[in-house]
Amino acid sequence: MKVAVIVFPGSNADLEMFNAVEDIMQVPVEYVWHSETDLAAYDVILLPGGFSYGDYLRCGAVARFSPVMEQVAKAADAGKLILGVCNGFQILLETGLLPGAMLRNRSLKYRCKMVPLRVENNQTPFTADYAENEIIQIPIAHGEGNYYCDQETLARLKANKQIVFTYEGENPNGSIENIAGICNERRNVLGMMPHPERAVHQWMSSDDGKRLFSSILKTWREQNGAAINA
Amino acid sequence: MPQLTHKEPTAEQIADQKLYRELGMTDEEFQRVLDLLGRQPNWTEIGLYSVMWSEHCSYKNSKPVLRRFPTKGERVLQGPGEGAGIVDIGDNQAVVFKIESHNHPSAIEPYQGAATGVGGIIRDVFSMGARPIALLNSLRFGELTNPRVKYLFEHVVEGIAGYGNCIGIPTVGGEVAFDATYEGNPLVNAMCVGLIDHDKIQKGVATGIGNPVIYVGASTGRDGIHGATFASEELNEQSEKKRPAVQVGDPFMEKLLLEATLELIETDAIVGIQDMGAAGLVCSSAEMASKAGNGIELDLDQVPQREAGMSAYEMMLSESQERMLVVAKQGREAEVISIFDKWGLRSAVIGRVTDDGLLRLVHKGEVVAEVPVDSLAEEAPVYYKPSEVPAYYLENEQVDPLAVIDEPQDLRQTLKELLAQPTIANKQWVYEQYDHIVRAQTAVKPGSDAAVVMIRGTRKALAMSTDCNGRYVYLDPQVGGAIAVAEAARNVVCSGAEPLAITDCLNFGSPDKPGVFWQFEKAVDGMSEACRVLNTPVIGGNVSFYNERSGDAIYPTPTVGMVGLITDTDHITTQDFKAGGDIVILLGETFAELGGSEYQKLATGNIAGRPPKLELQREAAVQGLVLQAIRQGLVKSAHDLAEGGLGVAIAESCFGEEIGATIELQTELRADVALFSESQSRILLSVSPENAEKVLAMAEQLQVKAAAIGTTGGDRLVVSINGGEVINSPLSELKAAWKDAIPCLIG
Repeated sequence: MKVAVIVFPGSNADLEMFNAVEDIMQVPVEYVWHSETDLAAYDVILLPGGFSYGDYLRCGAVARFSPVMEQVAKAADAGKLILGVCNGFQILLETGLLPGAMLRNRSLKYRCKMVPLRVENNQTPFTADYAENEIIQIPIAHGEGNYYCDQETLARLKANKQIVFTYEGENPNGSIENIAGICNERRNVLGMMPHPERAVHQWMSSDDGKRLFSSILKTWREQNGAAINA
Repeated sequence: MPQLTHKEPTAEQIADQKLYRELGMTDEEFQRVLDLLGRQPNWTEIGLYSVMWSEHCSYKNSKPVLRRFPTKGERVLQGPGEGAGIVDIGDNQAVVFKIESHNHPSAIEPYQGAATGVGGIIRDVFSMGARPIALLNSLRFGELTNPRVKYLFEHVVEGIAGYGNCIGIPTVGGEVAFDATYEGNPLVNAMCVGLIDHDKIQKGVATGIGNPVIYVGASTGRDGIHGATFASEELNEQSEKKRPAVQVGDPFMEKLLLEATLELIETDAIVGIQDMGAAGLVCSSAEMASKAGNGIELDLDQVPQREAGMSAYEMMLSESQERMLVVAKQGREAEVISIFDKWGLRSAVIGRVTDDGLLRLVHKGEVVAEVPVDSLAEEAPVYYKPSEVPAYYLENEQVDPLAVIDEPQDLRQTLKELLAQPTIANKQWVYEQYDHIVRAQTAVKPGSDAAVVMIRGTRKALAMSTDCNGRYVYLDPQVGGAIAVAEAARNVVCSGAEPLAITDCLNFGSPDKPGVFWQFEKAVDGMSEACRVLNTPVIGGNVSFYNERSGDAIYPTPTVGMVGLITDTDHITTQDFKAGGDIVILLGETFAELGGSEYQKLATGNIAGRPPKLELQREAAVQGLVLQAIRQGLVKSAHDLAEGGLGVAIAESCFGEEIGATIELQTELRADVALFSESQSRILLSVSPENAEKVLAMAEQLQVKAAAIGTTGGDRLVVSINGGEVINSPLSELKAAWKDAIPCLIG
């Protein structure tokens, strides 16, 4: 198994994504520059947080045109696991791999804090190690995490159980239905605003993010046997 | 856009009409230029001198005093003089750090002023070859009841957030204080900490005759011309017009510049690199050449330009942000440029290193300036300013702060009010706007005594803190200066670290005023003494004079940025009580010291008298004890006693985990004094019952006063003095006062 952390100009949470894979999944992981046109070697593709292209125009709006995104879309079609966190989530929305759009936080302020999340759906490759409705602590750090979609899309997300995480208690950004993370219908593409890769050791104030990475590993093993270093 | 044309004054006009005065130069300084050149300078040349000889670039008013700082130590790899100082932390690793002011730009245009302050200090650190790992800041504003102050506060915080969050360096700590003295002239000091391997350290030198000089980053525009000169004047009603002297930041560009620079350093293709900060191209080129004993010739037609028709004067003095100057090895230009290309950055060979010691500027085929680099970088005048003890200091000798404060009936209410003072109140509103966890190495987040950042792949961590109490420094600059250093060290120690070194940002009024210059000298003396005793040399920093509005100087505020080394991450300690049933121990002695205290300010609306005294040997002993106890695993929490004294410190230690405490004090002091005096060299510990005796015995051995004053637990804070209960409050009520104060004031 091999994991790619995609780096766009302006990505800045690529380091902790890389480290989380190393520490928790303990499988080969590589940084992949945004101009790459071949992702065949990778089984899992991670889109990290940051300010790709400085968030100019709109978060993720420029990154979606990076050459690598065409390959990410192909990988999604092929059923590979794709996780977008924060700016990575924004890019997945701009690319259309996930439905909906991001608005500025309702407070109009950037917010960085630990927040409780509810695991709405543990029947995904990313959440198998969580219990359904479990409350976990994962930090957020964003200025534009106010997820929005139209009513029709929302109904579909609900019907297909695509809402994976919601904010528990206070909604930190005003997102519709307290949405913090959603997946596609096929469940192989997950986008979320909170940063699981920043909650993988006790000293980070929470290690609840660990199980997201262990879930990926577990799912992949179930599908591909034990050959994780292949 | 039509091409702008400029008619520049001739050399004769500059001299005859004394036009240099408009550039902030005195008649004597102009004469000095004439003597150095042996001829009259043209407009471009006088422009170069005016910025290079500004206080901001030359330290002409502060140099003789700054020499008093101890700058050497066995761990110091780089002291003052380069972009940032460097300290060894073992295993071939070193920590690089510096603090710098961006006060004047922030007073005029708070968002961009603060943002570019952050951008500038980051460049100082990565231009040394270091990976920036943390940002801190130290902010001062007027009272939050003033609408203009609110505007400045909100936008400065947003500017710091906007830059740091985007570039992806966590803003892990800092301090914010409020006092009317800063109303027209806020202080925005930004600090950056980086990590480097010894063999990767870069210097800003232009060695190797014939080596190419390469410009990289944003193109040059007309922004920020004379920024350094603007920073070297008092603010007044006209300052608003200088808004164009404030630059605009682009953190995305700087992120690319940062990554490209660190990639470039891995190649060994360069000999020197320097940030283009204050005084832009002239400062970086003249300093790099001067340090190497060489000259530089620049072909200004090769400089990437944002606007048409820029003159040599404008290009050299522009302070456009996110630019660096690199001197590469001859023949490796293509390699350097290809790395910049990969990162989408514009770069160009704009000149060569020469052997004639001159800065020669060629524009449109003509030599437009030719002056010795040393005359710009090294031969600025040095002034020994007159210094005089100000009247207020002498008058304060007679003031007894205690005499005018009646003991309050309800100390619970007083504690609540103190906790709600903006300087003491919870700063979550501020630090929630900063991404303080990007890179995921932040082990202790904003809100504790010092921030702690892990060093991946090792058992080590770095603790860092910024500190200064301007009120103490105003009341007694020497004592206040020493306290700033001592408190910063105390904060770092409370986190489990050994203090390594400091960087300082000396914010003062106009040095032309003898009273201000006296404050400056005395503060430096006090800081120097504390640095010697605590073994924390000064490895760099910045002087910011002329912090005045309409003739009134701010309280002298020499901010200290301290970094300490935690040798084992098991030693990381925070200020929060961890469990019920632990013993609370107070180290140090409490005296009736209310001068400059938050309590005096609250009770009388003013500050007067002398600040708390500081005995450095006693300070060193308390710090040594705490570090030893932490390293032996005896300490559950440690918290420095600062603004608001013991009462506030206990409450703060309760708040984090919402664990109450029952405290019983035996004292001969008045109850309010015992609780709110700001005596120095005191630390509050919590330890498990089985370790309490050990810690007390250790204290006795080291001759540190120590007393078990209570136990943790419950959901109330109960304080008795000499057997009589003076405070009994639900913790939630105190915490609400502390937590809601700033959001309420902001509205």
